[in-house]
Amino acid sequence: MIDTRVKIGNLTLQNPILLASGTVGYGNEISEFIDLSKIGAIITKSISLMPRIGNPPPRITETPSGMINAIGLANVGLEKFIKEKIPFLEKLSAPIICNIAASTYEEYETCVKELNSISSIKAFEINVSCPNVKEGGLEFGNNVNAVRKITEMTKNVSTKPIIIKLSPNVSRISELAKAAKEGGADAVSAINTIVAAAFDIYTRKPKIKNITGGLSGPAIKPIAVAKILEIHRNVDIPIIGIGGITSWQDAAELMIAGAKGVQIGSANFIDPEVSLRILDGLINYAKMQGFNKLEDITGSYILD
Amino acid sequence: MKDYQAKVVSIFPVAKNIYYLLLESRELASVSNPGQFCNIKVSDSNYPFLRRPFSIADSFDDKVAFLFKVVGEGTLLLSKKKEGDLLSVLGPLGNSFFYNDDFEVGIILAGGLGIAPFYFLRRKFIEMKKSYLIFIGAKDNEMLVKYEFNEAIFATDLGDFGIKGTALDAFALYKEKLKDKKIKIFACGPNAMLQEIKKLSETLNVKAELSLEGPMACGFGICQGCAIKAADREGYYLICKDGPIFDSSKVII
Repeated sequence: MIDTRVKIGNLTLQNPILLASGTVGYGNEISEFIDLSKIGAIITKSISLMPRIGNPPPRITETPSGMINAIGLANVGLEKFIKEKIPFLEKLSAPIICNIAASTYEEYETCVKELNSISSIKAFEINVSCPNVKEGGLEFGNNVNAVRKITEMTKNVSTKPIIIKLSPNVSRISELAKAAKEGGADAVSAINTIVAAAFDIYTRKPKIKNITGGLSGPAIKPIAVAKILEIHRNVDIPIIGIGGITSWQDAAELMIAGAKGVQIGSANFIDPEVSLRILDGLINYAKMQGFNKLEDITGSYILD
Repeated sequence: MKDYQAKVVSIFPVAKNIYYLLLESRELASVSNPGQFCNIKVSDSNYPFLRRPFSIADSFDDKVAFLFKVVGEGTLLLSKKKEGDLLSVLGPLGNSFFYNDDFEVGIILAGGLGIAPFYFLRRKFIEMKKSYLIFIGAKDNEMLVKYEFNEAIFATDLGDFGIKGTALDAFALYKEKLKDKKIKIFACGPNAMLQEIKKLSETLNVKAELSLEGPMACGFGICQGCAIKAADREGYYLICKDGPIFDSSKVII
């Protein structure tokens, strides 16, 4: 028997497979496809203090082995989330990690403070790196002092683990991971999407209205591997790997590079049942490699 | 909604670059309604990455049909599928046409590939003994889908088949005859055509249901890519979940 459990701060997950923010909504649609009780955790769509209607369309375009999105953090806002979405989330058997997006330091703090008392929320993932909103987002994600401050402020009002979701759109991601650690973060998620753009060559207009968006999908996996490795070699903090995973082989690769857990993102759009197959494949792989627990894969790279 | 493995029964062209794809899946056929769509995986690899959404063209017995046009690499791959191949078909997705209200004549207005969902709706009209008229427009004869639409009134921009003009121009010729009838419009086609139909429904004071499309990743409400501006409230609707069928008064196209 392979021990599949992973520990993030004071939270133990039954396995390292998480469903990424923005790719599972609030859990209701995906629960029609898979038994969520078998998943490590699901991460909600980003919640902001006030509702956001999101960006004008087109919001999505396909690119080679990937896609660019600029949804603009469309969400119901904190109040409606607590009133309408939490009752459903409470019925799900998977642990809930609540993703928070904000434009100011105080907004991050308020959201975490308000949600901390909700028992079904087991941890917070702080989005300091959305590339698609005007305020906040990347401005915070690019700045070590801002990341440290957001981590400190949210950590101070939370009894639950704080996970900082890092942007790859920086020169040294490990510096940001270090700032998160100094601020008291329990873990970091890496990577968020990569700033990208695409044109229609006939109309010469951008394929998404926001002009730029975030690239996700298999195209970004090698970048995720490099960024995870950089963090793992420089900062002692649990890493939740994310970026282009569509198979157990991809999950294993991100874990070898240093990820303790992994998030399945865009792949949920194409194959909403894929995460459970990835878990099975990963367990088989661990057996084959002679590991006793999935955590043994984490950072097991051999660089000579 | 489920991920079905459906077998290709047949695939053949019905107009220039337009194919009729017939799949076998008893369960999918039994739960599908006119206006709904499916998200089909065209590749076994990660390229192209996303599924391709298509209206359910028809559904009968244990069969489900789709009509698609080759416009890029994904649809080109799909056009090369062979009899007996298995396809991953996620569906049925979205809402459906509402055809149970008290109109006397159903008016189907289709522009180009917009004819896709109407084999299925016509089937329901026939079952319910509803009167209907079908107007199909296309750029020219080569691109006009006539397959199984013997009763339709055709129009081409070039005038090389049917009336010279659009499906709407063809419909205009029948307006006088229909003036004492309670009609309801069901339309699918390019956005410019749907905008005109939205206006027409206001001037004629008749209901119009529009089948919309937009770039989407998942097809079931989580990626939030397929937003369309709402006309009756602030913000956006999602084409995949709130639609693809919208009353014309509810959206800004």
